[in-house]
Order: sequence, then structure tokens, then C-alpha cells
Amino acid sequence: MIEISHVNKWYTPSFQVLTDCTTSVTKGEVVVVCGPSGSGKSTLIKCVNALEPFQSGDILVDGTKVNDPKTNLPKLRSRVGMVFQHFELFPHLKIIDNLCLAQEKVLGRPRDKAQTKGMQLLERVGLKEQAQKFPAQLSGGQQQRVAIARALAMDPIVMLFDEPTSALDPEMVSEVLDVMVDLAREGMTMMVVTHEMGFARKVANRVIFMDRGEIVEDASKDDFFGKPRSDRAQKFLSKILSH
Amino acid sequence: MFANLDFDVIRRALPYLFYEGMTFTLTLTGLAALGGLIFGTALALMRLSGFKILGRIAGIYVDFMRSLPLVLVIFWFYFLVPYIGQWVTGASRPISVGAFASSLITFIMFEAAYFSEIMRAGIQSISRGQPAAASALGLTYAQSMRYVVLPQAFRNMLPVLITQTIVLFQDTSLVYVLSITDFLGAASKVAQRDGRLVEMYLFAAIVYFTISCVASYGVRRLQARIAIIR
Repeated sequence: MIEISHVNKWYTPSFQVLTDCTTSVTKGEVVVVCGPSGSGKSTLIKCVNALEPFQSGDILVDGTKVNDPKTNLPKLRSRVGMVFQHFELFPHLKIIDNLCLAQEKVLGRPRDKAQTKGMQLLERVGLKEQAQKFPAQLSGGQQQRVAIARALAMDPIVMLFDEPTSALDPEMVSEVLDVMVDLAREGMTMMVVTHEMGFARKVANRVIFMDRGEIVEDASKDDFFGKPRSDRAQKFLSKILSH
Repeated sequence: MFANLDFDVIRRALPYLFYEGMTFTLTLTGLAALGGLIFGTALALMRLSGFKILGRIAGIYVDFMRSLPLVLVIFWFYFLVPYIGQWVTGASRPISVGAFASSLITFIMFEAAYFSEIMRAGIQSISRGQPAAASALGLTYAQSMRYVVLPQAFRNMLPVLITQTIVLFQDTSLVYVLSITDFLGAASKVAQRDGRLVEMYLFAAIVYFTISCVASYGVRRLQARIAIIR
């Protein structure tokens, strides 16, 4: 589904952000990307739907080359759902209109069909009653669930999550993770940048560990948590699991 | 002090002042604000676009316009355009541009420079995550601007835009250099004719003051109503 091969990204020759990153996500797989801050994991996931450019290497999403100038990026992105750290709901639109905008303008769905779809998804994330409110009237956890519903409204073939719970108060993390766990169990292909190791243990098939722009470890969940091969991954795990 | 003043001159001049003068002033203000907004948005988008040349052209234009006194632009434009028109079209004599058309074009060009700076600030006030989220949903650059960035930017800058329009409303009185009968021009003519300078200029000041004050108050009310809940 996603093929990342030898991706390099730099701002200046001496400031390399991604170094020779190669990995893949197959259909129905849930891959968790973790690592210390500044390790390039958010940058990598943003390269997948071309929100960030990169200088060399290739990324294929469902057979389409992301870094080909001829690729119709809006069309490709409409099939790749993305959830951001800071939700990025559109504050001037009601919740239901947040879900309908791209359905209507990008997919060309008629308004009533888009609304029906939107309401179904809001019900699924438990926020049907909030449809007529504005984003700022919702809590952070609720906003992030709306953001997930908004991405799902486009019927994506894969979902990207960029630290979806890092900006949330602790008591709201689980309501968002619950939605993500359900999604994973339904067979959605997911690439998730997160520090939530509990989530990784529960639903991940593979864990990628990044440090200083490199993929240091790319292993099955059991291998990663059982016996990480690299020193850096061991140190990282011992630090975040010690509490 | 007011013993010698004849306020009846104002009452007698009212139809002329408002039907001729104020109609012109409001028409010019409205059309210039509309045109300036459209042209100004285009300039702002040019400056924010990735194309360096477009940005430079818009930048030079804005700096140029903002470095000249409005009254000079009005004056020069009125006297130069017929000759530029002649040169462009190759006509045998200077083409005639009416005083209204000339002043309208001048105000649109001048206000666009100010509006574009307001628009630019407004667009830049939207966090980068918003267009990113719009792109991630598959919206094109134009759609993301139209449905996500500009609606929010407009709400943020509407108070400043209207305030600038109030300034424009007052600035339209500068068309007196072209001997156009706007509100102040009409008042001035009556004042000269009847020798009632104090009364007429006092009255004109009160009218400008009242309209501008009411508009400012309206802006504050509007601001409270349309502000995005944050």
C-alpha cells in the first residue's frame, strides 16, 4: 500500500532531516512509528502524502508515485486520510460542514449524501449531538474524533496519524485511542506516529523506531517490545516504559 | 459668536448637498472599496504565491502607491491618462476620460495597495496547519484558499477593512482637485456662492463626523457578531 524507498530530505546539505529511509506498509497493516522528538517521524509521515517535499528516493502510495511531478496530488491525497496533532478542524465551519466540505468539493458528492455520510461517521465516533456546533465548542478529544471522522468521510484507502494524542489532556487520550483501536480492528491500513506504547502493543503489527532521521529499527511488534536489537531503541523503550 | 450665522442656508442647500454631493461620495466610496478589495486580494495572493516575479511586481506596486500622497495620484492620473491613452491607442488627440471614471480608477488603484497589505496580514494570520489540512483532504490550492483560508482571513480582517473604508470615505473629498461635486465640493460651492463658509464647512464636518462615527460603531457590533468562536 505504501512503499518508501531510500528517501532523503535535507534543508541544507549539512542539515539532513531524513536519511535513506526505507520501509513499507501493506494493506490492512497497522504500523506505529516512534522515536525521540526531532527524529524525523512526523516529517516522514508528511512525505507520504506530499505535504513535505523530499530531495531523493521514492514513495509509492497504492502504486502512484508521490514525488512524480505529473501525479495529481489533490486526487491522491483525497484517498489518504490524515489526522494532525493539532486537529486542524476548520473553525469557521460547523462540525457537520467540516465533514462535508471535501466530500462535496473534492469527491463531488451531493449535499444530502455527504450529510448522511457525515452523520453516520459522527455517530460512529460518538458525537452525533455535536453536529451543529462549532469546533471551538468541543473539547480537544472531541475535536480529534471529529478530525478522524472528517478523514474517514473521504473513504480513504489508508490513514496517517501524526501524533494524534500529543496535544490532548491526559484524560482525553483514551477516547481518541479507542476510536483508533476500533479502526485498526476493522482492518484499516494505518501508519501512526505516536508515543502511546499501549496502543502499539494492542493493535500494531509492526513498530518502526527512528532516531536522527534514520529508521533504526523496523520490527514486528513482539520483536520490538521483546528484544530491540539496537542500543538506541532499548534506551528509548526503557525511558518511556519506566513510569 | 453665533449671532451672525444663518443656519437656514444649510436647510435650503440640503437637497443639493445630499442628492448630488452625498450620492457621488457614497457611490465613489462603495465602488472604490469593492474594486480595491478585488484588486487588493489579487495583489495579496501574488505576494504570497510561490512565484517570485509576481511577488516582486506586486511588492513594487504596493510600495510605489504607498509612497505617494493620494491627492498627487488623483491629480497626475487625471492629467496623464488622456495622454497615456493617446499613446497606447495611437489616437491623434488625447482620449477623454471623465472625471468620475478617472477618480474611480485612481481610488481603486490606490486603495488596492492598502487593502492588499491588510489582506496579506489577514491571510498570514491563519496558521499553516489549516491549508495543510485542506490539502490533505484533497482540496486544490484554489479551493483551499476559497473555502478554508480566505473565509477565516476575511473574518479576521473585516474590522480593519471597514475602518480603511471609512478613511476612504473621508479621502474621497480630495476629488475637489478635479472640481468634482462630491459632498464637500457641493458644500463648498454653496458656501462660496452664498458667502456662508463657516456654516457650510461646519455642517460638512458634522456630517462626515456622524457618518464615520456611526460606521465605526457598526464595525464593533459586527465584529462581535461574526467573530469565529475560538
